[in-house]
Amino acid sequence: MISRRDFLQASMAASAIVGASGFGQWGRLAAQQALTQDQLLEFDTFGNVSLIHVTDIHAQLKPIYFREPEINLGVGSNVGVVPHITGADFRKAYGIEDGSPSHYALTYNDFSSLAQGYGRMGGMDRVATVVNAIRAARPDALLLDGGDTWHGSYTCYQTEGQDVVNVMNALKPDAMTFHWEFTLGSDRVRDLVNDLPFASLGQNIFDSEWDEPAEDFQPYKFFERGGAKIAVIGQAFPYMPIANPGWMFPEYSFGIRDERMQEVVNDVRGQGADLVVVLSHNGFDVDKAMASRVQGIDVILSGHTHDALPEPVLVGETIVVASGSNGKFVSRVDLDVRDGRMMGFRHKLIPIFSDVIEPDAEVAALIDEQRAPYPELADVLGQVGDDTTLYRRGNFNGSWDDLICEALIEQREADISMSPGVRWGPSLIPGQDITREDLWNVTSMTYPNAYRTEMTGEFIHTIMEDVADNLFNEDPYYQQGGDMVRVGGMGYRIDINKPIGERISNMTLLKTGEAIDPSKTYVVAGWASVNEGTEGPPIWDVVEAHIRNLGTVNVAPNTSVDVVSA
Amino acid sequence: MNLTRRDTIMMAMGTAVAAVLPFRVSADTDAAIAAFTGGAEVGSEGITLIAPEIAENGNTVPIEVDAPGAESIMVLAAGNPTPAVGTFTFGALAGAQFASTRIRLAGTQDVIAIAKMADGSFVKAASEVKVTIGGCGG
Repeated sequence: MISRRDFLQASMAASAIVGASGFGQWGRLAAQQALTQDQLLEFDTFGNVSLIHVTDIHAQLKPIYFREPEINLGVGSNVGVVPHITGADFRKAYGIEDGSPSHYALTYNDFSSLAQGYGRMGGMDRVATVVNAIRAARPDALLLDGGDTWHGSYTCYQTEGQDVVNVMNALKPDAMTFHWEFTLGSDRVRDLVNDLPFASLGQNIFDSEWDEPAEDFQPYKFFERGGAKIAVIGQAFPYMPIANPGWMFPEYSFGIRDERMQEVVNDVRGQGADLVVVLSHNGFDVDKAMASRVQGIDVILSGHTHDALPEPVLVGETIVVASGSNGKFVSRVDLDVRDGRMMGFRHKLIPIFSDVIEPDAEVAALIDEQRAPYPELADVLGQVGDDTTLYRRGNFNGSWDDLICEALIEQREADISMSPGVRWGPSLIPGQDITREDLWNVTSMTYPNAYRTEMTGEFIHTIMEDVADNLFNEDPYYQQGGDMVRVGGMGYRIDINKPIGERISNMTLLKTGEAIDPSKTYVVAGWASVNEGTEGPPIWDVVEAHIRNLGTVNVAPNTSVDVVSA
Repeated sequence: MNLTRRDTIMMAMGTAVAAVLPFRVSADTDAAIAAFTGGAEVGSEGITLIAPEIAENGNTVPIEVDAPGAESIMVLAAGNPTPAVGTFTFGALAGAQFASTRIRLAGTQDVIAIAKMADGSFVKAASEVKVTIGGCGG
């Protein structure tokens, strides 16, 4: 008699060998240099249930470039394991050939030259084509949206999320959970949620006054698919009022609440669930930890930390699936669910090569309709220099944030500048025009004010230590899932394996080369403060002025952060 | 862009003069535990303390403690200047030995609950609650 665990492992091994995960095939395609839509969508339909997962789209309705991180360090038990390996190590781990499409889609090396060849990725009209193709093979496939959907673009800001809602509704999702959506303000979120033709889920969304489950969201929803009873449980981003401005949604409280997750899992199992799926915005390491603490979850569809993994990670008997960000990927997970159990799975991370996958005409027209009132999207503000790629992802700095930090220092007459370590924001390749749309893609938010204030050296150190601990605390439950705050005008050394208070040293004011004096006061400019009443011009105005001054943007490699990770 | 200094004042994290280092366990905490237990050995089974990993608001942190069969449960905020939060006493007819309340935390620290069981033994649970400046979530 084969145990369930053996079954899962056998299924995993088979998928790796025959390429059902999609990976072996990519390598061969690379050799041929000929991608086709049929090849990208090729999938031997398996079992009786299909899940389709998209997450962290950040309002990117059109195809974009998105460079994956070079530095994405793990701590504690996550040192050197996915998603904390990058570049050549990542390609080696999954057998990805250099120069192949999957090299381009999943790793950072040679990004700008591969981008010329393989083109942009994503686009919700292409995603619609993929979703429709999966539904053609499995008409009752579940489409699940992991959140961070109604945030991150010019049109999303101007329409308070309506443009994305209109487009996503055309894809007919079955359920969704949330994070940045709440920064639209709780009234707007409730308006949108109340009109959604699908379930709004979050077992950890509570009423902050009564500490009871919030009425506007359901903890889970049941679906009958392929003769199986499937419970989809939502898990919204746990640290919303901490990482984002809580004053914008004061009625709600979040948290991981894994005790309640266990209660909900037990509850749905008691009601006869054959399969338990968690649609999560915890972030990958938190999801792995949750899978080890909460018993009875079959599948976690993981979002928030923007990791794209070619194969699920197995934690006990739970598979954890990571589907990337910005519309670059769609995950398809086929499951064999029988006798109240998940007996096996087949998975593919489908890369959305926008020049290969035909746009769905109806959704393409709908996207154009949302954008039509805003011709200013195409305004050209400047150009990317020939040796510069503008990107954001990475634990410590990215060239987009170097540019933003430089703009804050120049435009706001500051000694030091700070830019939040968010993980959204597409990339631009050498020679590209920088349009208004591009600038908003990396700055759009509802609390954009660029503050200017005085801080002592000691307080700057306190901030740096605080943010570093949110990223490098050994216990994933204390991690908020962003990257390190980006700093302009100041260099520092960070030892990620030290405890809070001891990670950051050698803070240096770059313009003088002098050490930061704890008792001295410095002028600091930054943006995206979570404090209510923050004053200053919106960050996009600050950066636009700077780009227009520069004309052509060249960003030199940033060597001001000395990272100790061994 | 033309910005005067007066136009461009200010404000972000500056008001939150928070210290991020974990608050040390105060001597009062050890004294309070000693007084409650009389120095008896303290076990760890049979008591559940639920507290958030990271406080959304350090001024009002919801906690729950459950110790079936307890006569009383003492709750301490180990790093607060005044660690005592309260002691819940359950009568013989109490249907459950469970309490939930909200507490104020001066900074990152352990919340400790110690239950005195009907047989005179003691059990303890502790949970670190982080109080953070926040921002910067991706």
